[in-house]
Amino acid sequence: MEDLSDVYNELIMEHSMNSYNKKRIENADFCKLGHNPNCGDEITLELKIDGDKITDMAFSGHGCAISQASTSIMIDTLKGKTIEEAKEIIKTFIGMIKREETNQEKLEKLEDAIAFKNVANMPARVKCALLAWHTIEDILNDK
Amino acid sequence: MDIENIKKDFPILENRKITYLDNGATTQKPIQVIKSIEEFYKKYNSNPHRGAYSLSIETTEEYENTRNKIAKFINAKQSQEIVFSKNATESLNLIAYSYGMENLKKDDEVVISIMEHHSNLVPWQKVVKLTSSKLNYMYMNDQFELSDEEIESKITDKTKIVGITHVSNVLGTINNIKRIIKYAHKKGAIVIVDASQSIPHMPIDVQDLDCDFLVFSGHKMLAPLGIGVLYGKKEILNKMTPFLMGGDMIEYVYEQETRFAPLPNKFEAGTQNVEAVIGLGAAIDYINNIGYDKIQEIENNIVQYAIAELSKLNYLDLYLTPNKENHSAVISFNIKGVHPHDVATILDTEGICIRSGNHCAQPLMRYLGIDSTCRASFYIYNTKNDVDKLVNALNKAYTMFKKYIVK
Repeated sequence: MEDLSDVYNELIMEHSMNSYNKKRIENADFCKLGHNPNCGDEITLELKIDGDKITDMAFSGHGCAISQASTSIMIDTLKGKTIEEAKEIIKTFIGMIKREETNQEKLEKLEDAIAFKNVANMPARVKCALLAWHTIEDILNDK
Repeated sequence: MDIENIKKDFPILENRKITYLDNGATTQKPIQVIKSIEEFYKKYNSNPHRGAYSLSIETTEEYENTRNKIAKFINAKQSQEIVFSKNATESLNLIAYSYGMENLKKDDEVVISIMEHHSNLVPWQKVVKLTSSKLNYMYMNDQFELSDEEIESKITDKTKIVGITHVSNVLGTINNIKRIIKYAHKKGAIVIVDASQSIPHMPIDVQDLDCDFLVFSGHKMLAPLGIGVLYGKKEILNKMTPFLMGGDMIEYVYEQETRFAPLPNKFEAGTQNVEAVIGLGAAIDYINNIGYDKIQEIENNIVQYAIAELSKLNYLDLYLTPNKENHSAVISFNIKGVHPHDVATILDTEGICIRSGNHCAQPLMRYLGIDSTCRASFYIYNTKNDVDKLVNALNKAYTMFKKYIVK
């Protein structure tokens, strides 16, 4: 396993404990609960979409630092993107965590979410990092 | 025998530089158990109860000797009352289906405690639905114990089955099962005891308890994975129909009908996990050799030390009864404001194995108003040094998180 500070870094800790994205959105267009029955992590994503653009996103729920921070940073990354752009970024993030995506150009599009790169070396925490990303993937695919 | 000598019997503790504090999930195995399995395959392997040749007869003898050993170990009247299963979960399912389904009528009640593991809870949900009976819960008080008032208000004349864990796998509470059994019998109910978390730590006497059923898993008491035990009173087991059908559980099979074998074979369909049965026998020998007195002396020392040391950490919430005599070798705790999975990950980097999560007890977690806990559970090879390592690692985790914790 990597050094702990590679995963529990400043950015992830800040987002996990005190996220400005943890709030409710009034009149959200989409709302979906994602949960991880093994560890009890639960997050609810709320989403506003205008045309083909994600205009607002927020989350509520509880879980470990990795799942909470991953959700919050995902919101920062995807807010303002088009649905197609978002889908591409989601694919890249999941690929990165599963160690399938190494294309540097693509990884750069993850912005802050690249901070979770080292979770790929922690099999026990992969699910935590992916929870929000799978949840939004479902929302966008079902849309 | 002292702890250092006991520790030497467990190769994994030498081979891996770990502090193993997840004994509530499964214990490590002593070399004596590991060797018994090797010896079985080198000298005895064949299918018991089948062959007319001497090798198979010897296998059968080994297999049945272990049954006798278990009967003696828990003081059953006779070895026919011992049935082998896959684990405690399978034993409980057997009871739920073969006893529960056939005996529960509309409006009857099944009573369990809020401390139950899902294995003594989910099967009952299904059986009460199918029989239109009801599932009621005994809740604990603020000392994490079941009070006499609670027991007497929940077990009523309508109660037909009481399922109770001897020791909670989350709280470590030792339930007063003898009292529960006595009261339930007065009300005409039968009692199933889940001894999975107690039998590794304390002697069990099924005749003294007068329980109707008792179940446990071998792997939590030094034996291999994949072997469980069901004890049932003979007169009750005799009236029950088999749970699984197939080979070795029959007397005569006709095209449309079957006459089942007598106890205990009628509950042991198909080729059993014989190597694990042999391993369980070796585990019982190992426990008997140390003796429960010694086991309890070692554990009390460690657990009381752990409680004292963890109590000093003011950033921890502890979930355990203040009554020392009612507490076993499991300690659940949380660093206030930090999720147990993060704590477990940080402890893992120090080689410390603890469990984090809901411990297959979601209704209990909900009742406690939490999602999950960290759980350290101890056994005979744990030392005070292990506790010190745990405390140091917790301090490290707290230091990492404290400036971010939202008060």
